[in-house]
Amino acid sequence: MDQLKQKHLDAVLGGLLFVGMILALYMAFLGAPRAKDTPDTLGDLQRIFYFHVPSGIMGLTAFAVNFVASLMYLIKKDRKWDSLALSAAEVGVMFFTIVLVTGPIWAKPVWFVWWTWSPRLTSALVLWLLYLAYMLVRGYVSDPERRAMVSAVFGIVAFVDAPIVWFSIRWAATNPKWRDLHPSAMLETGGLDPAMRPAFLTCLAAFMILLVYLIRRRFFLETARVEMEGLERLTDLTH
Amino acid sequence: MPGLIEVNGLAKYFGRLSALRDLRITVPQGQFIALFGRNGAGKTTFLRILAGLSRPSAGIVKIHSSEPGSQRARRVIGYLSHNSALYLDLTALENLRFYARLLDLSFGNSALEERIARVGLAGRAREPVRNYSRGMQQRLAIARAFLHDPSLLLMDEPFTGLDQEGTEFLKGYLNEARTQGKTCLMAIHDPVIGYALADRLVVIEKGVVALDLARQSISLDEFQGRYRTLTEER
Amino acid sequence: MLGKIWAVFRKDFLIELRTKDSLNAMLFFGIVVLVIFNFALAPTRDSIREAVPGVLWVAFVFSGTLGLNRMFASEKDNSCLQGLLMVPMDRGIIYLGKTLAAAVFMFIAEAVIFVFSLVFFNLTVWSEIPWLILVFFIGTLGFTTVGTILSAIAVNTRMREVLLPLILFPVVLPILVNAVEATGIILNTADYSALKLPLTVMSTFTIVFGTLAYLLFDFVLED
Repeated sequence: MDQLKQKHLDAVLGGLLFVGMILALYMAFLGAPRAKDTPDTLGDLQRIFYFHVPSGIMGLTAFAVNFVASLMYLIKKDRKWDSLALSAAEVGVMFFTIVLVTGPIWAKPVWFVWWTWSPRLTSALVLWLLYLAYMLVRGYVSDPERRAMVSAVFGIVAFVDAPIVWFSIRWAATNPKWRDLHPSAMLETGGLDPAMRPAFLTCLAAFMILLVYLIRRRFFLETARVEMEGLERLTDLTH
Repeated sequence: MPGLIEVNGLAKYFGRLSALRDLRITVPQGQFIALFGRNGAGKTTFLRILAGLSRPSAGIVKIHSSEPGSQRARRVIGYLSHNSALYLDLTALENLRFYARLLDLSFGNSALEERIARVGLAGRAREPVRNYSRGMQQRLAIARAFLHDPSLLLMDEPFTGLDQEGTEFLKGYLNEARTQGKTCLMAIHDPVIGYALADRLVVIEKGVVALDLARQSISLDEFQGRYRTLTEER
Repeated sequence: MLGKIWAVFRKDFLIELRTKDSLNAMLFFGIVVLVIFNFALAPTRDSIREAVPGVLWVAFVFSGTLGLNRMFASEKDNSCLQGLLMVPMDRGIIYLGKTLAAAVFMFIAEAVIFVFSLVFFNLTVWSEIPWLILVFFIGTLGFTTVGTILSAIAVNTRMREVLLPLILFPVVLPILVNAVEATGIILNTADYSALKLPLTVMSTFTIVFGTLAYLLFDFVLED
């Protein structure tokens, strides 16, 4: 796809995103029914769920993209895959940051604690740390080719680790000692009230567009930077 | 007949920095090349790529029609850099025994001691390498690097830091290797030694081969003159 | 191939036996961690025994990380890694040999640290020992399978000692969680059947990452 078509696609996506977000905001705050005033949901506060969960899902999707891109880089050794891996990781970290911020905002009024060591939130924290570690690895390797190689390996390791992390934390949380220390942790949201489904799906769709849009933009930024590197290399020689 | 080493369009970047730009060279079996160039001209990078320690950014490199770094290439290559790759806390014998084991060489102690004697270190085989002088370490490094009798010797400034005795020893060793028909690429600073040992003189400058002459076609003085001109222009 | 893995291991072991650089540091650090926790935790007898699994494994992990740092740092002297890379063999062999060495060193350190913890925290354990050895063994192996490859990554960066714990700890969390739980089960309950799950998870972790690291190791090596 050439430059012009890319610009058009970006514009279309951007427009869709704008519309999608407005719709999502409407659905989340006005369109969806008010949750009951139970100890777990506290009425309007529950609406944060519409941003908390899709962020988590999109974060995981971003990390999956990073995994595939890392694998492809090791196979093809084409810098574009490395740029994609980096973009996906950054966007994933962003989404998980949203998860980790909205979690406590929800938790504080409901359970009077900023942090609950619930399996989901704890796993989100560890995944966030894992991909921050990915960024750290990239930050400390100066040679671009080695950086791509080494971070691809780490990206693969991190993604294979994720399900094991999730499983281990969930299992540890069943330990009765855990329950005593963190009573609020066991109260995760169960099924979703069917009336809330349209709002949830709208937000999910909007966040999906956000994911694609952000990864694309970051990807093009990174490939442009790599191109600059190549040009600087040429000018270095002519002096 | 294809050369032992075939290099075409070799480039190596480190981000903005180009270490090698467009290197082309063909090396037939049995040739002895002295590689010259300023510091940072790309000699070390080139040797490392041939050894398979570094991946090319672009271009084609073939050793015996294999990729450098492949097991097939590693089997025929002996690489010697100015770091000895010796474990200082082990004895000479232990160092060689370790490598013999990895190289699948069924060398008993006596065979290993013979190798150690061959590089002039007999009687000091059971001392920790930490106690060796630089010249002695370099000699043991030679024994280590060439333990498997490779046919292609890649050496990065092997004479640097050697004393008179060590230099004479290495010259003799390389001349013997030459009569055995081994191929050799040696990066070197001293044009006198390089000229004396080599069949072919190659100068790398700005990431490409700038000069490539048979030793017989030029006198030492002429060569030094041309080298100076090449590396002085800015 | 097994012979070569053993040769790599033996070489590291021999060097360590002579210099004792790593082991001394690992032991010292682990014991210091125990002492610090003694001050950090409330001194009632029951609560100590409950906290011991966590304290132990923190000491083990910190100590083990020290050992891992040294694994490849020692190969950077004299460019020894270069010599290893030039050998015509599967480079995963280097990984397996080094993982074995790291595991053995860590296990030795753990044994000593554990004995100190028995003294410091006034613990009596007799019938639990075989189970503890099993858990320590599998946990250590799992830790070093990941630790070795990440150490190889970190050693070539600008801040190698700092980077390794940062990238290692999140990845190795499942081992830590399961090992602490399993140790707790052994020390504080007698329900050995409950060990099946954590041991299975740790073993799976070790096999999965051991295989993955073996396959990916070549991409990470450079000197």
